[in-house]
Amino acid sequence: MRILVVEDDKDVAGFVVKGLKEAGHVVEHADNGRDGLFLAASENFDAIVLDRMLPGGVDGLRLLETLRAQNNQTPVLFLSAMAQVDDRVRGLKAGGDDYMTKPFAFAELLARVEALNRRGKTEAPVTKLATADLEMDLLSRTVRRAGQKIDLQPREFRLLEYLLRHAGQVVTRTMLLESVWDYHFDPQTNVIDVHVSRLRQKVDKPFPAPLIHTVRNAGYMLRAD
Amino acid sequence: MKPAAADRPGWAGQRWHRLACRARTDLRLVLHPRTLLRSAGVRFGLIYAALFALSALALTGFLWWSTAGLLDRQTDAAINADAQGLVERFLDGPGALVETIQDRLANDVDDDAIYLLADAALRPVAGNLETWPRMITNDVEWIEIPIERAGMRGLARVRNFVLPGGLHLLVGRDVQVRAQLRRILGNALIWAPAIVLALGVAGALAVRSLFRITIADVAATAAAFSRGDLTRRVRVNGMGDEFDRLAEEINNMLDRVAGLMDGVRQVSNAIAHDLRTPITRARARLEDAARSARCETDLRAAIERAQSDLDGIVAVFQALLRIAEIEAGARLSAFARVDLGPLLFDLSELYTAAAEENGQALEHDIPPILPAFGDRDMLQQAVANLLDNALKFSPPGSTIRLSAGIVRGLLEISVADQGPGIPPDDRQRATERFFRGESARSTPGSGLGLSLVQAVAVLHGGTLRLEDNQPGLRAVIALPALTSADAPLFRS
Repeated sequence: MRILVVEDDKDVAGFVVKGLKEAGHVVEHADNGRDGLFLAASENFDAIVLDRMLPGGVDGLRLLETLRAQNNQTPVLFLSAMAQVDDRVRGLKAGGDDYMTKPFAFAELLARVEALNRRGKTEAPVTKLATADLEMDLLSRTVRRAGQKIDLQPREFRLLEYLLRHAGQVVTRTMLLESVWDYHFDPQTNVIDVHVSRLRQKVDKPFPAPLIHTVRNAGYMLRAD
Repeated sequence: MKPAAADRPGWAGQRWHRLACRARTDLRLVLHPRTLLRSAGVRFGLIYAALFALSALALTGFLWWSTAGLLDRQTDAAINADAQGLVERFLDGPGALVETIQDRLANDVDDDAIYLLADAALRPVAGNLETWPRMITNDVEWIEIPIERAGMRGLARVRNFVLPGGLHLLVGRDVQVRAQLRRILGNALIWAPAIVLALGVAGALAVRSLFRITIADVAATAAAFSRGDLTRRVRVNGMGDEFDRLAEEINNMLDRVAGLMDGVRQVSNAIAHDLRTPITRARARLEDAARSARCETDLRAAIERAQSDLDGIVAVFQALLRIAEIEAGARLSAFARVDLGPLLFDLSELYTAAAEENGQALEHDIPPILPAFGDRDMLQQAVANLLDNALKFSPPGSTIRLSAGIVRGLLEISVADQGPGIPPDDRQRATERFFRGESARSTPGSGLGLSLVQAVAVLHGGTLRLEDNQPGLRAVIALPALTSADAPLFRS
């Protein structure tokens, strides 16, 4: 992915840029809002990581609003120290696709940035999802693996659907909690792990090759080995 | 001899001088008409006085109209009736008229009738007046004249008729009594403004001082409060009047402000004391690793542990900020109608799997529809915290029960477990930030979970109750139930 990082703190920016590059992405960096806006508007990016409080007269919200006003739909992930619920709501209302608060774990940032990737995705609604021999029909709401029907609870179905839509990408527990359950807090109990392990019992256990993998210190990934 | 301390322009002396000057200025300012008008007390007093004068005036007017006016009208009616009879008698000839007049005078018990029949030259022919009053000419019909009758001065109201054949007839009534009444009322009217003024001023002063006393107490309380005396409250006189309601509202506000200040103090204390420990631990780990790690594996392990320590600190920080955010009521604007039925059902589903994994059973008793008014995310988090606690403290094989419903007019959400519970002495303190009971010391946690639940409950106008589940803990979030009267709130 080609990613623009707009962040004024040198250490944080260096850490993010280095990490994203190591993950195989092409990264541009701007340390103020004006340069960030110029880069974002003049070049093509797959995603923008955007700080909210920026020097240079253009803050993160202004930058994004200007960009959206120019009909630029590049996915944007806010990375901000402004952590109140209202800040988050404001960021998403301005056209942000995701919102992360500092301090953050890099694994979480990487997973969320990669989840923003829209490349190769069609605008038309998808009716079938598939990875390896696992198939999901979104219309009849059925799941088959190697031609064998798998019965899932509604919540398990949505969990698997999310994993399939992000096949090949890391999804974190927080992402699952937000997208599948629509919860915006971190429970102290490992509730997500338990649900994923139940899904594994149905989707992976009866078959020779597992599809749902645990990524250490990050989350899960659905992929065919 | 040295000058006395007070004569020197010392600090105390200056201060007294300033105070005295200010008092003088205050007095002059207070007595200045413009300042007087600017005082709400004086304004209310004046309005009161004006209203009082107006109503006194209206009352007197009505009294006048209904007494003197009524007598006037009665006299006129009597005269008219009398005259009617006399004129009819005149049709029988002047002689009959004279006879009738004499007759009537003889039978006049009240001694107030006035008759005078005069010829064309205005010489009296019959009646009880000695001379024709000079001011009555042919074109006068009704008139009030002074008369002298049997040596007594009086006042008469008379009607003048010019009869055919050049005769003149006066019919009237002595109205001396009525004139006296009018004079009394008139005098009263002259004195009334003075009385009204006196009473009005007295009333105004009373209103103003009442006003002053109440306002002064509110002002003094507010001033003391803003100087830092958080215990001061406005006096409630217990009469349940408007001033009492105002005082109660102000006191509620002060309670809230004091509560928030207390919260801020608690948070800073917490940061000062309770966050020091994990920060110290993380720092020690890193320093130890930097000094004595022998290989990269050691170093990495130490860094990872320090990282998770830091994550823990961040989590505590976020929880603290979230509680502060909730307590400040910043999210009140996001309140909306929430159906707790599905919300609780989803939470139960989320936690059932985890409970089963621990060998516990999570049962629920939730009505399908349970409307409430509040913040969805917060309510979810509050119940999730209670479930987290229940799962954490319950032994395997025990049952956790999530139930909800309307109990005695309150919407209650309860999570009951069969764990060690909280001893009665600790229950009060269990919702304090960072409080951890004896039995909780050995389990991981920040001691903020119940504080957050409590903050959410309070923000929703409810309470958090911790009860004995015999054995275990029963935590109950009690919220005000929605009534049909609240329905318009949700239409938008």
